[in-house]
Amino acid sequence: MAFWPELGPHAAFIVAAYVAAVAVVAGLIAWVFADYEAQRRLLAELEARGVRRRSDKPEAV
Amino acid sequence: MALIDLANPTRFLAFTARVLPWLAVATAIAFAVGLYLSWFAPDDYQQGATVKIMFIHVPNAWLSMAVWAVMTLASLGTLVWRHPLADVAAKSAAPLGAAFTFLALLTGSLWGRPMWGTYWVWDARLTSVLVLFLMYLGVIALWRTVDDPTRAGRAAAILTLVGAVNLPIIKFSVDWWNTLHQGASVIRIGGPTIDPTILRPLLVMGLAFILLFVTLHLAAMRNEILRRRVRTLWLMQAHAAQGA
Repeated sequence: MAFWPELGPHAAFIVAAYVAAVAVVAGLIAWVFADYEAQRRLLAELEARGVRRRSDKPEAV
Repeated sequence: MALIDLANPTRFLAFTARVLPWLAVATAIAFAVGLYLSWFAPDDYQQGATVKIMFIHVPNAWLSMAVWAVMTLASLGTLVWRHPLADVAAKSAAPLGAAFTFLALLTGSLWGRPMWGTYWVWDARLTSVLVLFLMYLGVIALWRTVDDPTRAGRAAAILTLVGAVNLPIIKFSVDWWNTLHQGASVIRIGGPTIDPTILRPLLVMGLAFILLFVTLHLAAMRNEILRRRVRTLWLMQAHAAQGA
């Protein structure tokens, strides 16, 4: 079994479809990661300024 | 932890922190197996190697409709039960659904050119999926237009419920109208008509994309909960500044 199967005369269409799928999925994963980091950073900045939700327990002294 | 406990956003965040790493590993394994099976699947007797496009086109087409169905259930949760995580779930799912629908359209187009001789025809299946893609963009735009998440959630929920009418139209378009797109060959009464050597990789890739959606959806919901906490803190800070 060859590692690179014969893709025939329409290889460009097959490769383009897989490249597009990888690009879109990678973009989604990167967006979710970046958004998580951004929200965590904003929350940390606000909490560092002493802004806390009423439901947040005060830190033990 | 009981299922009802997940209605509490703080408990939901703890739940996602526990399950997301496992889901990510399961997704990666499913994709590794699925891509291996897809790559070495035999060619179709008529379509040749272009059948490999099916292994990404069909799972994305399934998800394009399944994600809207998830958003429809979440919209019912928003409008009927006012569940605290319902509009979080709907809002987080919309960009994922739009991406899967875009991929279904793009890979279908790349498959259509060598098999049908054209990238696009205005037949019922292709047009109804394009309408679904535009509806995803409409819901995303609506969420971004209204500043208050509660009001935006209700408006988006109504639009989502109206848009759900398109789901049976997409599914049965190939039966109701004469289309260039082929009829159902996997999810149909009487069972699949695809040979097991090609059906197996397709089902594994379908599972991989479903796991990908579940993983990204939970992560995006976690992000949305954090975004709403940031918004609440900003409002508290603004009120405190006004009172001072």
